[in-house]
Amino acid sequence: MADIAATDAPAAARSSGEADKGTLRLHRAIMIGIAIALVIAPFVAYPVFVMKVLCFALFALAFNLLLGYGGLLSFGHAAYFGMASYVCAFTAKNWGLTPELAILLGTAVSGGLGLVFGALAIRRQGIYFAMITLALAQMVFFFSLQTPRFTGGEDGIQAVPRGKLFGLIDLADDRALYWLVAAIFMAGLLAMYRIIHSPFGQVCKAIRDNEPRAISLGYRANQYKLAVFVLSAMLAGLAGSTKAIVFQLASLTDVHWSMSGEVVLMTLVGGLGTVFGPIAGALVIVSMQNYLASLGAWVTVVQGVIFVICVMTFREGIVGVISKWIGKPL
Amino acid sequence: MFELLGIPPQALFGQVLLGLINGSFYAILSLGLAVIFGLLNIINFSHGAQYMMGAFVAWMCLTYLGINYWAALLLAPLIVGATGIAIERLLLKRIAHVDHLYGLLLTFGLALIIQGLFRNQYGSSGLPYQIPAELRGGVNLGFMFLPWYRGWVVVASLIVCLATWFLIEKTRLGAYLRAATENPTLTQAFGINVPLLVTLTYGFGVALAGFAGVLAAPIYSVNPNMGADLIIVVFAVVVIGGMGSILGAIVTGFSLGLIEGLTKVFYPEASATVIFIIMVLVLLVRPAGLFGRAA
Repeated sequence: MADIAATDAPAAARSSGEADKGTLRLHRAIMIGIAIALVIAPFVAYPVFVMKVLCFALFALAFNLLLGYGGLLSFGHAAYFGMASYVCAFTAKNWGLTPELAILLGTAVSGGLGLVFGALAIRRQGIYFAMITLALAQMVFFFSLQTPRFTGGEDGIQAVPRGKLFGLIDLADDRALYWLVAAIFMAGLLAMYRIIHSPFGQVCKAIRDNEPRAISLGYRANQYKLAVFVLSAMLAGLAGSTKAIVFQLASLTDVHWSMSGEVVLMTLVGGLGTVFGPIAGALVIVSMQNYLASLGAWVTVVQGVIFVICVMTFREGIVGVISKWIGKPL
Repeated sequence: MFELLGIPPQALFGQVLLGLINGSFYAILSLGLAVIFGLLNIINFSHGAQYMMGAFVAWMCLTYLGINYWAALLLAPLIVGATGIAIERLLLKRIAHVDHLYGLLLTFGLALIIQGLFRNQYGSSGLPYQIPAELRGGVNLGFMFLPWYRGWVVVASLIVCLATWFLIEKTRLGAYLRAATENPTLTQAFGINVPLLVTLTYGFGVALAGFAGVLAAPIYSVNPNMGADLIIVVFAVVVIGGMGSILGAIVTGFSLGLIEGLTKVFYPEASATVIFIIMVLVLLVRPAGLFGRAA
């Protein structure tokens, strides 16, 4: 399974660790470009739509951290996204926590859940790992369905108050909330970038590419896998919590397996194992859902078709292809 | 009437029977997954959708063409198997050389397409399918009432499971299959048409899912979503049993169905999650699965 990113990502991407100065400069330029785009976006697009894209982009970045750099395909990332969304919505609504505390609490709970599930799932490899994460996530789904006092059951937790940031800034205004979401997204992106370019990230990539060799060099592969799993679950939780505040809603959709499938699709479309691919993928898929919303159940069919097309002919994804053109890892 | 632990025996054995029926679906489906995994190295995510297709083909045969249950029991697996062969030839074959996780993603996409198409055509409320006239009614065994059809489902699944076991373990074709699972290159060098074997294996595994779908049609309503949640439970069953042994898959399937049925009687709140909890326990104690070989 380790090669899912390595075999198909352009050769250059594999050595992203020893990224030369040109690549670093390019990445810095892209980061600045993204930051500028974030500043302009609310003036040219509907802010709630942009916030939705940012939440899912963060979610996809979290998933990609695990798959692209840990070599682990989780088919149950909705569990961390959805559980954080519930915790954040519940504490903001029933305990009256301020949004930043509710988001942090949701993120922490997801990290804890990731620690438990990750410890179980890394006991098996490859295809079994995917099946185990999916089954564990389904357990979270049933738990959410059966504890309506916490999750609101079929109705979900509705009318979550957006509250006042630090007790001061009222987030009821979309514009005010937008800056918070943009800041969270940017912080998440920079954190992820830092993680994959740290010595820790290098070891994770080494384990992804050749686990027995990494072990023989003295690295405790399982501890690294677990750590990257927990980090990924926390980032997914951060995305889920933020989503709960933005839409003032946490529901069963967030923990359903189709949500896990969606994040896989976003990452696949954008480019597995690329730094910026998940953002592009989230933008494409969320826009598509917006435009096709009137088609109802056909959206599922369209998503399935995109899955098939991507796997058959477009395994590098959008950013992967661009990366190949310019010959630099993105 | 006597009672067991405060549960009336009618309820207890009724749930046990229902558990065995679910168990037979788990057994047939995990058997199909294991056979496909053995040769293709992919997990067939569309297995649940293909089980649903089996039920729908039976329903369509009856509604549009007037073909009865017994003929559909033969016809539906053939049709579903034929679509499987087409999928293998057109799609799976072309990605056999890349990471096998792409096979999982591809079949997941196929499952979305199949389910979405059926949901658009038939809605998601479910369509009734009559129990065939020969198997209506039942017999009172004293401690419980046994509906003929439910008994038939358990017996038919057992026969199919054992026949599959016999086919793979005791026949020449099965020997080719096992050889190709062990070492496809060498098997091909001995003059056996491995690509054809792969295609037929996928078709066969998928046909098994279709067969389970026909069996399920009269018990559960025919519904586009009937396979989606089931397949995740079957994944957990496969993790528990390991995919190394055919008999192991059969035994695991039936016993987990039974355990699930008993949980429904004694602690209904946990009945949806009990199999996942068992999976967690097995992972802690015996990570390779009950019948699996350590990788």
